[in-house]
Amino acid sequence: MSKPVIATASLAGCFGCHMSILDIDERILDLIELVEFDKSPIDDIKNFSRPVDIGLIEGGCCNSENVEVLRAFRKNCRILISVGECAIMGGLPAMRNTIPLRECLEEAYLHSPTVAPEDAVIPHDEELPLILNRAYPCHEIVKVDYFLPGCPPNADLIWEALTALLQGRPLKIDYPILKYD
Amino acid sequence: MLFYDINKPNFMQGFLMSSIKRLLKKYGKNRLHLITFLKELQAEKGFIAEKEVQKLAEALGLSMTEIEGVITFYHFLTDKKPGKYVVYLNNSITSEMAGMEEVARSFEQEAGCRFGETSADGLITLLQTSCIGMNDQEPAALINDVVFTCLNQEKVKKIVAWMRQGKPVQEMVEEFGDGANRHELVRAMVKNNIRKAGPVVFGDFKPGEAIRKALDMAPEEVIEEVKKANLLGRGGAGFPTGLKWEFCRKEKNGEHYVICNADEGEPGTFKDRVILTERPQMVFEGMAIAGYAVGAKLGLLYLRHEYTYLKKYLEHVLQKMREEGILGQNIAGKGFDFDIEIKMGAGAYVCGEESALIESAEGKRGEPRDRPPFPVQKGYLNQPTTVNNVETLATATQIITHGAGWFRSMGTPVSAGTKVLSVSGDCEKPGIYEVEFGLTIKELLEMVEARDTLAVQVGGPSGNCISEAGFDRKICYSDLATGGSIIIFNKTRDLFAVVRNFLDFFIEESCGWCVPCRAGNVLLRKKFEKIAAGRGTLQDLKEIEAWGKIIKSTSRCGLGQTSPNPVLTTLANFRELYESRINKEADFIPEFDLKEAVAEACEITGRKFTEEHEHA
Repeated sequence: MSKPVIATASLAGCFGCHMSILDIDERILDLIELVEFDKSPIDDIKNFSRPVDIGLIEGGCCNSENVEVLRAFRKNCRILISVGECAIMGGLPAMRNTIPLRECLEEAYLHSPTVAPEDAVIPHDEELPLILNRAYPCHEIVKVDYFLPGCPPNADLIWEALTALLQGRPLKIDYPILKYD
Repeated sequence: MLFYDINKPNFMQGFLMSSIKRLLKKYGKNRLHLITFLKELQAEKGFIAEKEVQKLAEALGLSMTEIEGVITFYHFLTDKKPGKYVVYLNNSITSEMAGMEEVARSFEQEAGCRFGETSADGLITLLQTSCIGMNDQEPAALINDVVFTCLNQEKVKKIVAWMRQGKPVQEMVEEFGDGANRHELVRAMVKNNIRKAGPVVFGDFKPGEAIRKALDMAPEEVIEEVKKANLLGRGGAGFPTGLKWEFCRKEKNGEHYVICNADEGEPGTFKDRVILTERPQMVFEGMAIAGYAVGAKLGLLYLRHEYTYLKKYLEHVLQKMREEGILGQNIAGKGFDFDIEIKMGAGAYVCGEESALIESAEGKRGEPRDRPPFPVQKGYLNQPTTVNNVETLATATQIITHGAGWFRSMGTPVSAGTKVLSVSGDCEKPGIYEVEFGLTIKELLEMVEARDTLAVQVGGPSGNCISEAGFDRKICYSDLATGGSIIIFNKTRDLFAVVRNFLDFFIEESCGWCVPCRAGNVLLRKKFEKIAAGRGTLQDLKEIEAWGKIIKSTSRCGLGQTSPNPVLTTLANFRELYESRINKEADFIPEFDLKEAVAEACEITGRKFTEEHEHA
């Protein structure tokens, strides 16, 4: 029997949740015994090469490329999991949601003290993804099956969630692992 | 309202000093009176300036932030300069049904500014507010605290024209309502609309009889009589009044207080307004009786800001009672001292919750307290306090006069006596009905001449939306408990508009302390709109139910604990309405539309949203 396949991506996130995945430490050796990775920064595979069992999404969506990647994950993954605050609620990127987009862009690209006035321009290259009117949590765009909270989620939480899912058993999480104050 | 040029610093300095000094002299250097200070300062020129906040903070030993926190908590306090005339148009559902939208447009057109703004000439500010207790005479508005009812385009034109002529607001009231609304100290166009006067609150009443009788009894006997009568709280929660008094009396330490909760803010409720207009002494005697029973010397009437127009009249009634020897020192010559003060609210629905009301009466933000300790243990100034509804106290007065046996001969075994209902919405005869408990919704609908009824909202937005299947249910504590708000919707009405109005109300009125109430209701409203827009799935209905449960069970006061009811009760009683709007086959339908989400970016960067992006 072939191993279950996992894919991961960081959308509008800081890669902190991926760092937390790495924080499972030497258990990563157990993990690669249990699963194979497909599209993921962990093995640097850029595109889906096959249907995947579990997709882990870090970060919410703040531009059209995020939406593209997220939709591709939903299409290719049997189970999709939002990992961390940004994927679940928008997180830090969502701090801009109360400020009009034009104001955000002007502040960053026109009025910032590090902008040379002669270079001041809001990026508009066709190659760039289009920025969304606000940062969105993943479940507002595609159906998300599970949510792992935290900023970042504790490595033990990620490990326990993955192994429980792989073994088809209920989650057993100690209170301190889910307590965030 | 007077105006000063606040840009002249010297003048301002002198003005500030004198104003604040005068207030401190009048009330004492006590933060208890903070809301009164702020209201009086605001009365002088329409808003509270930063300098005043600073001076007041220094004088009272508070931080400026604390005072600003109080100002921003209440609807009717402001730190922004408004126009000379401030219009607060009521946006409750009955106002909407009676043509609020048209009246609002008309105000905007005549005043030349939009709601939320002040006209360019600084003359008129247009604002909206939650229910002002005039549901049977909508659309209604408060203009500089004067009540205007049954507004229409024509009246708005007239009012705004008068404003341009500088006419004082009180003089714009041309016709007065009935009963004490005509009293020279009220002079309001408000109508009582008492359609059915029952035997208790609107029954025979001989002023002074009850308090004299009570003072001939031992306090314990008074409590016993109220307990025997099985009087349950009329504000809606239905806690046994006698028991509350007993708990309060049993607290041995400290001063005891009586507070009459006249902050009726539940949309659709206006019975306390009418009771206070027509039966004020019955209420005040009830407070004195409660004071005697629990061992208090001071009672506070916490009157909602919207009823400011009744304040002078109520003070006059209190003064008359003092002169007649049934209030104040040595009442009726029987050695009992008890007096009553009026504390004004400043506009906050949550202050109807007793612990929030106490906070507000102490001059703070009206945020509910943790309980226990309950107010009967640690209430006003952390002393034992009984907080009772206007109608409860009026009823207690009648129980003392006529006896528990008389009272229990009315209503049902569990729910004794009568209930004063405020009926509004789609019926021929909206107004006040004092009925015996046990009345069915069907009987009530006949009484008020409602036809083709689709739904009845019992107990206001926080209550229950009943469909025809529930019209045989009874108004009583064991079935449909209500503080008295009855809003009727006929078959031409869109219940989704009703739910939307109620959800907006709770979002607006949440004090913000508990996350499930503050954030949960916003999410609930968003989910509701998704379903209303036809993008809902069965999963969304399930989530609404689950989220509603979370909000109810994890909020600490009655506001949060009932705030999902508009959605939950319509979902339970009108499920087909929701099901007709959802897509039952779909597993998931996002609200998200990529094209819409990038539209702004396209505009800013001058780029086009191409097919390629659409594939994304």
